[in-house]
Amino acid sequence: MKFSHESIEINAGLLIVLTLVAISIGGLVEIVPLFYIPGTIEKVDGVRPYTPLEQAGRDIYTREGCYLCHSQMIRPFRDEKLRFGHYSLAAESQYDHPFQWGSKRTGPDLARVGKKYSNAWHVQHLKAPRSVVPESIMPNYPWLLENTLNYSDMADRMRALKKVGVPYSETSAEYQANVEKFGKAKADLFNINLADENLLAQARAENFDGDRSRLTEMDALVAYLQVLGTMVDFSQYDEGYFAEFR
Amino acid sequence: MTDKQTDNAVQTTGHAWDGDLQEFNNPLPRWWIWAFYASVAFALIYWILYPVWPVGHDYTKGVLTVSYESNGKTVTQHWNTRAKYIEDMQTGEESLKQKAYLDKVVNASYAAILSDPDMMAFTRSIGKGLFGDNCAACHGSGGNGVIGKFPNLVDDSWLWGGTVEDIHATISDGHRGFMPAFRETLNDEELEQVANYVLSLSGQAVDKEQVAAGDKIFNGQKGGCHYCHTHQAKGMKSVGSANLTDAIWSIADVPDASDPKGKLEAVEQVIRNGVQRRMPAWRDRLTPEQIKLLAVYVHELGGGK
Repeated sequence: MKFSHESIEINAGLLIVLTLVAISIGGLVEIVPLFYIPGTIEKVDGVRPYTPLEQAGRDIYTREGCYLCHSQMIRPFRDEKLRFGHYSLAAESQYDHPFQWGSKRTGPDLARVGKKYSNAWHVQHLKAPRSVVPESIMPNYPWLLENTLNYSDMADRMRALKKVGVPYSETSAEYQANVEKFGKAKADLFNINLADENLLAQARAENFDGDRSRLTEMDALVAYLQVLGTMVDFSQYDEGYFAEFR
Repeated sequence: MTDKQTDNAVQTTGHAWDGDLQEFNNPLPRWWIWAFYASVAFALIYWILYPVWPVGHDYTKGVLTVSYESNGKTVTQHWNTRAKYIEDMQTGEESLKQKAYLDKVVNASYAAILSDPDMMAFTRSIGKGLFGDNCAACHGSGGNGVIGKFPNLVDDSWLWGGTVEDIHATISDGHRGFMPAFRETLNDEELEQVANYVLSLSGQAVDKEQVAAGDKIFNGQKGGCHYCHTHQAKGMKSVGSANLTDAIWSIADVPDASDPKGKLEAVEQVIRNGVQRRMPAWRDRLTPEQIKLLAVYVHELGGGK
């Protein structure tokens, strides 16, 4: 059979295969090099995986669909810097699975919301947003304070994340690697075998929801929100440093 | 039918269905063809100007460059959005417009800023944005706060001082407001007495006997309220204790209580449970210029001293 446009158009199977090939080229050329070009992920200090409590909060963030209205990516534009802070680095979401960059903002970007407001504000705002921001259109999330945090499968969730590349440790060799990379204090937090103890200890120490008698979903979510965008100390770097990675 | 189509001299694909159904084979519209060629040409030019193609462990950088200042030296590098952003922050049209004012405001004393209409106009417009982004979440977009949670900034009462310098210190370093809980120290009867006394300080109608008893607790060893609130109950700036004589309520929701009993209950609640409030420190998040502008803006909101 002579190869011609006609032979493609009248052969549905061949048409599908060749269409997929044509589309894939665009995707592959854009995506694949990012995995081996060394400057894709900026070399910065401080970025670490989430602690078990923060990760539990992140799961609640995903469950409640916060990402539908809130992005977590500040773009390198002057107006975004003025409103939200320094633009997001690729390094900052290297342990996010799935990432929460987002492409639509109904609410403000949350990439640097950590430490911006007090815990008490977050609790009040999640419970009843309009009691602190009258013009807000965010829904109320009162059940976060009522629901006891379920962390029975925290170790499994960390194992799942480990499979996709987050350096939580299970064996002593993995733990040692983390000690070298993050220091002992941090490495202890990423130990899957101590997931429950770590989660409880952080909740007890920082008491995010203001109620010491209970461990609620609010504790976890506020722990997550308060760490967002706080891992990199930007005062250590000159602005030009980040531009060299692009 | 067939005859007419042949007359029109438009080519057909040569198929015929159901005897007379045929398919024209018209050329693509000329505008479409030219748009296609134009987009090909655009792509070629784009490849030359901007970073585009991955090559081994690197990529083509394009011929466009961006220059900006870094550590006192001029850096020129290939075009990318981050370098473009630095350039925009340093020499962009809006940045330069703002910088002229910023330099003026930063080098001026507070007294000079407050008396200069031009600098105040700038402060008001930039302060509104800063306040909206950073402060309004707690203090409200108008600055009137939430009773019981976040202080009102438009009234005339200042827990930590209302001069521009005080406000600057508050924004920069933050504060931890603390009043102990008295539920262990005072029983229900005593709580009511102290609440009566506190309400009487701002001229609310209350029970005389209770007030006298409350006075003893407030100004004596038992309650020791005067240690922070002072004997005159005017509060102390150094510890952020409230002035109880001015009928301005920041924590106990007295204004919203409809009857005297509700007012008493609101005050008792605060004495029973104590207060813990935190104003975050902004010095690491905002630049010194921004804090200065915000201090003036907040001072101007209505209640500056």
